[in-house]
Amino acid sequence: MQVVDLSREDIHSYLARHQKKELLRLLTCGSVDDGKSTLIGRLLHDTKTIYEDQLAAVRRDSEKVGTTGAGEVDLALLTDGLKAEREQGITIDVAYRYFSTDRRKFIIADTPGHEQYTRNMATGASTCQLAVILIDARHGVMTQTRRHSFIVSLLGIRRVVVAVNKMDLVGYSEEVFERIREDYTGFVAKLDIPDVAFIPMSALKGDNVATRSEAMPWYQGPALLDHLETVHIASDRNMAELRFPVQYVIRPNLDFRGFAGTVASGILRKGDEVTAIPSGKRSRVKSIVTYDGELDEAFAPQAVTVTLEDEIDVSRGDMLVHPDQPPSVSNELEAMVVWMAEQPLVPGRPYTLKQTTRQVSAEVASFRYGVDVNTLEHRPITRLELNEVGHLQLTLTQALACDPYRVNRATGAFILIDRITNNTVGAGMILEGGRPPGDVWGAEPVARLKSRESLVAPAEREERLGQVPATILLVGLTGCGKSRIAYALERRLWDEGRTVAVLYGQNMRQGLNRDLGFTADDRSENLRRSAEVAKLMNDAGLVTIGAFVAPHETVRERAKDLIGRDRVLEIYCTAPMEVMRKRDQSGAYRLADEGKIAQMPGVTAAFEEPKSPDLVLQTDQVSVEESVDRIVELMKARGFLTPRA
Amino acid sequence: MSSGSYNLTHLKVLEAESIHIIREVAAEFERPVMLYSIGKDSAVMLRLAQKAFHPGRLPFPLLHVDTTWKFRAMIEFRDRFCREQGLDLKIWINPDGVAQNINPFDHGSKKHTDVMKTAGLKQALNHYQFDAAFGGARRDEEKSRAKERVYSFRDRLHQWDPKNQRPELWDLYNGKVNKGESIRAFPLSNWTELDVWQYVHLENIPIVPLYFADVRPVVERDGTLIMVDDDRMRLLPGEKPMMKRVRFRTLGCYPLTGAIESDATTLPEIIEEMLVARNSERQGRVIDHDESGSMEQKKREGYF
Ligand SMILES: Nc1nc2c(ncn2[C@@H]2O[C@H](COP(=O)(O)OP(=O)(O)O)[C@@H](O)[C@H]2O)c(=O)[nH]1
Repeated sequence: MQVVDLSREDIHSYLARHQKKELLRLLTCGSVDDGKSTLIGRLLHDTKTIYEDQLAAVRRDSEKVGTTGAGEVDLALLTDGLKAEREQGITIDVAYRYFSTDRRKFIIADTPGHEQYTRNMATGASTCQLAVILIDARHGVMTQTRRHSFIVSLLGIRRVVVAVNKMDLVGYSEEVFERIREDYTGFVAKLDIPDVAFIPMSALKGDNVATRSEAMPWYQGPALLDHLETVHIASDRNMAELRFPVQYVIRPNLDFRGFAGTVASGILRKGDEVTAIPSGKRSRVKSIVTYDGELDEAFAPQAVTVTLEDEIDVSRGDMLVHPDQPPSVSNELEAMVVWMAEQPLVPGRPYTLKQTTRQVSAEVASFRYGVDVNTLEHRPITRLELNEVGHLQLTLTQALACDPYRVNRATGAFILIDRITNNTVGAGMILEGGRPPGDVWGAEPVARLKSRESLVAPAEREERLGQVPATILLVGLTGCGKSRIAYALERRLWDEGRTVAVLYGQNMRQGLNRDLGFTADDRSENLRRSAEVAKLMNDAGLVTIGAFVAPHETVRERAKDLIGRDRVLEIYCTAPMEVMRKRDQSGAYRLADEGKIAQMPGVTAAFEEPKSPDLVLQTDQVSVEESVDRIVELMKARGFLTPRA
Repeated sequence: MSSGSYNLTHLKVLEAESIHIIREVAAEFERPVMLYSIGKDSAVMLRLAQKAFHPGRLPFPLLHVDTTWKFRAMIEFRDRFCREQGLDLKIWINPDGVAQNINPFDHGSKKHTDVMKTAGLKQALNHYQFDAAFGGARRDEEKSRAKERVYSFRDRLHQWDPKNQRPELWDLYNGKVNKGESIRAFPLSNWTELDVWQYVHLENIPIVPLYFADVRPVVERDGTLIMVDDDRMRLLPGEKPMMKRVRFRTLGCYPLTGAIESDATTLPEIIEEMLVARNSERQGRVIDHDESGSMEQKKREGYF
């Protein structure tokens, strides 16, 4: 509850203003002692959400169990919940706190920083639009920070505030802050978090929490509360595809049959043609009924009741959609699952799966890989233990209408319920169309397969084609000139009588890799598939030229391993940023600046420079012709252009 | 509405979330019931339920566990309101407590509440075999409630085990219970006191007149103003009812509910008073003062 000063304002105008508030749900995460409870206490205190009797109780307790020095009120005590925890001095589970300002009402999901952690964080994160990740300025980015960030991105939160706390203990040093910012930026590029803000603060002293701090004049950005009040959140909802899961059928009399539910995404309009999934039957929306009158349209997350023109059979668990935007309907799912029970998840055991308003029976068909939440590395698994995260394939007894979680949180999420204990044991996020995305470099093929060798020897190919096959891998940021060089090189080699082909990233994405986006995982997969193609072409005797952004060193290294190191030349094309921006015809940089495309290497995502390229082309200094000359020279030197006899 | 304006106010988002919860419980449980305590939170919860099933009727009854010590104005309001709205109201009074003449004066607030409210509620739930009970509790009311689930699981003895609550993700509630077990569902979990008052105001929801200031007979006891609501009120030696302009921030058993002096006779005035108040709403409830963390103790035992 807010205690406010109404002396300067009339209650009616206050009420009118407060009726127009938006709601923002946020998650706070930090390791034990990073100052999370203090920060929340500070937010509640500084927004006057605390009553005097509560404050008095905290003052009393501060003397008994508080950890702050003499005289300072331990605001952390405001948020400590259950008695047992209070005695142990730690918080367990997820607690929800409420405060509001003139612009927004905030719900904080407060999750603790110890063992039960992944489970609790996933729970807290599931309803949030934004996460505040605390870092102790003295310790910087730690393993836990990575873990928090991974879970935040896994649960689909697209906005993060990195709160660099305890700045008072590092002398409010800009250098410390900048170092942490750099570290974190480098790391977060691997995750799907497009919007990251950094704020230096002291939760204890109140610096940059509710108001800008005078102690850090070098920091030009907003205080945390300002940021929370103004950060743009509307675009997080999926307004494009209608999904209306039917929750309850209302039949007060024979003339009225209404399908009650919450619009999960998109917009439902009176008169719209809709398809009922799974029956596939079509009808039109006759009316959208609410207690407060009929509506012409309803949108997420409104709770309404829909009547249809025709008497088609629709019941709880069905979904109304627009006919031209069907969800995928399948009884096999690829999903990331967070496991929340002591007893591990094993294949072949049936669980109840609840998604939207539907329940089906599900079991694990196969485990693709487990993710180490600390290092983000993938490893093979045969079961999923408490607090582990894995990518798995599920088989369902009945088909489910769903969307990838990344596209639609409401229809892409599910929980798993144990049949015997009735407990909620797993949380799942559906992945795109059955493809195991992400890291398949090291994965085993699905089944044991035999390979066969060609009856044509490599030397025979070399002799006929008059060349030793190789892959020339040109990498660099958008606008670095790699594709122009690639095609010029192809022309030159062709004219010299070589058999050659280009694999250009953007072309690959329009065909073979059409299903891939621009996350770190998808970029990695883009390069993996392209490397497989390059390898096939090399095996067939062709010289192959690849042109890719390929921002990550480890991924490039893997691509080289895959193709065969002895037949790859890595060439790094680069130029000053202004030059590359000027050259860029696709407008990608501008869109990235405007926040319209996320994860643009060089702007909002990292680009790791190749550590040991075979050649560096400074394309603002050497012409395309000259670049081609140099590559050809290098190829000759390495013996690629004359058969080994 | 033109595109770009697809935004809901926080009250509309809360309203939609509550309706979703209420429908979900009605769809997944065999015998749900809505606990109706006659207060403002119940009034809001009830309105949300009416919205959830409009134009149909509520697919579940209301239950009032009557301790026999509620303010008279509450009972009058309850009976008239339920009659007017055509609601199916069940009233339960613990017969054992009545037989033993349990009352707040002889037995103290704790015993009285344990028997008439906590035990009475359990009896009623068993009697009707309800497997889900809606309550109007909010997470902002008290520290120990901050972790309460929307679906709060109770074992066969209606007990709440803080270690044995299910993770609750997204809006996917787990309504699986074995026979005899039940859940308490809290559709107002994410509402604050201010949200509730604003909603009452915006939606014109009728509430018990005791929330508004009026001249009422009260005595001052241990710094708390107690209303003399009927002749069962036992006055201590030297105590004399005085007429004061008072109102109540929460409603319960009249001998256990503190009044505050106030001139607020309209909803905006009530909200105004609350906004400048220095003390939390629970202070008016005598029951909480016993010991720190007492609410949690109550909850373990099955009190709401
Ligand atoms: N100097 C300083 N101490 C802080 C700050 N924030 C928190 N602390 C202290 O760090 C300790 C842990 O804080 P707490 O909020 O309980 O951490 P939690 O475990 O993350 O909830 C307490 O002793 C706090 O008083 C800060 O900004 N500066």
